[in-house]
Amino acid sequence: MKAFTYQRAETAAHAAALATEPGAKIIAGGTNLLDLMKLQVETPTQLIDVSRLPLDRIEDTIDGGLRVGAMVRNSDLAADTRVRQRYGVLSRALLAGASAQLRYKATTGGNLLQRTRCYYFYDITKPCNKREPGSGCAALAGFNRIHAVLGASDQCIATHPSDMAVAMRALDATVETVDAAGATRSIPIADFHRLPGATPQVETNLRAGEFITAFILPPPPPGVQIYRKVRDRASYAFALVSVAAIVDAAGGRIRQARLAFGGLALKPWRSRPAEESLAGASAGGPAFEAAAGAVLEGARGYGGNDFKIPLTRRTLVAVLTQATRT
Amino acid sequence: MDENDTRVWFTRRTLLETGAAAGAALMLTRFPAAALEEPQGETAVTGVTLQVNGQARALELDTRTTLLDALREHLALTGSKKGCDHGQCGACTVLVDGRRINSCLTLAVMHDGQAITTIEGLADGATLHPLQAAFIAHDGFQCGYCTSGQICSAAGMLSESRAGMPSFVTEDLTQSPPELTDAEIRERMSGNICRCAAYPNIVAAIKQVGTPT
Repeated sequence: MKAFTYQRAETAAHAAALATEPGAKIIAGGTNLLDLMKLQVETPTQLIDVSRLPLDRIEDTIDGGLRVGAMVRNSDLAADTRVRQRYGVLSRALLAGASAQLRYKATTGGNLLQRTRCYYFYDITKPCNKREPGSGCAALAGFNRIHAVLGASDQCIATHPSDMAVAMRALDATVETVDAAGATRSIPIADFHRLPGATPQVETNLRAGEFITAFILPPPPPGVQIYRKVRDRASYAFALVSVAAIVDAAGGRIRQARLAFGGLALKPWRSRPAEESLAGASAGGPAFEAAAGAVLEGARGYGGNDFKIPLTRRTLVAVLTQATRT
Repeated sequence: MDENDTRVWFTRRTLLETGAAAGAALMLTRFPAAALEEPQGETAVTGVTLQVNGQARALELDTRTTLLDALREHLALTGSKKGCDHGQCGACTVLVDGRRINSCLTLAVMHDGQAITTIEGLADGATLHPLQAAFIAHDGFQCGYCTSGQICSAAGMLSESRAGMPSFVTEDLTQSPPELTDAEIRERMSGNICRCAAYPNIVAAIKQVGTPT
């Protein structure tokens, strides 16, 4: 680790102001940042500790949703009774991520901002356009088993590793921020992460010095909520493919479905065409296959990750079968 | 090695004898194991007080010091182990305000004033903590390197389970608290890796302590 100075932020706006200083980086749970600092992928000269800011509450909103503070620990959000009863897909996604030790440290805000686990991003001796713009992408022709099949570019084929964000995408969560001047902004989670394009080093649409304070969960939509994660071991592994599904069906007919995917792209992937194909459809193999086809429109493998395309199809069909079982 | 270079001449014994009373000079001494961590740029030092196993311990630390290194290298509490040093193996698990964390993936300065419980703080004098006794009774280890992390993790896990916190394998998330089945124990302990694969006996030990009699 390179040397750094350390200070605690007094308020969210204070954190935002301090974070605009050169070399400054915000630390909350630190489970990803410190890992990267040990490998010198991240080399901040100042750490701004926000872990003790009073943003650790989960409150009811007047319309029947929840407001989740950015410092709420992943374990506490997963265990909250209201989340378990009304947002099962979120509770399940959080519990599918990392280990119990890491979930207690990891915050909601930090979870959204965690970096890709691409091997080449982590290895400072290898080219990576995300870590060092213009240096190239070693994953394109390298070991790319865990990499993206949707929304990638010739500059970067990394994936976003969060499970929580996939569930939040299905729930249409909103991210609340504050800047150094105290101005607040709401960002729909759909607009939060960016696809790599020609600038894979720019990962989100947060502005410089903008600090996440909370997440708004709208009232839960009707239907069965499922989070299914396919991974290399039964627990404590990142997703190869994951599906967050909220499916409203009755009498063998689907009224409405929401589908978000992890492990496929550099952002949690939502497929409107697939959702539209399911709306009003008769539950069963043909409709499920058509939805999978719509999700995977334009999907492309890079060798090691070719298997993700059929795996996504099978996983989605299994999830939809489970969701519409009467 | 340059004989004038005294930085690396502290033996393990010296460290253990002086660790508790160590002053700033010793704190900043580097040991061979830390050779890869050459200071880069100006080193920042800050004061921190940790409540370790019920005792206040004031330290002056390089800001980079992880909680694990503060415990092992500065307080000579070597029960907590360094396995991967990246939060992947769980050997460094300790309890902070009663909740389990990977002490390798957090900075000591971030825990100023907080209560840290390590494996050294679980026994009551000569009376072992029930989990320690159960690990012995069930032969829950072979080499023992992961054991202190396993036991601290299990202590945190049993509190979580008693508080009704669900796990990924809990069938009904609205049911509270879930029954502590083997599958629940395995899922909840997945952050602790055992290279010797003593898992069946670890599960048995935890189940014995976690099951109401």
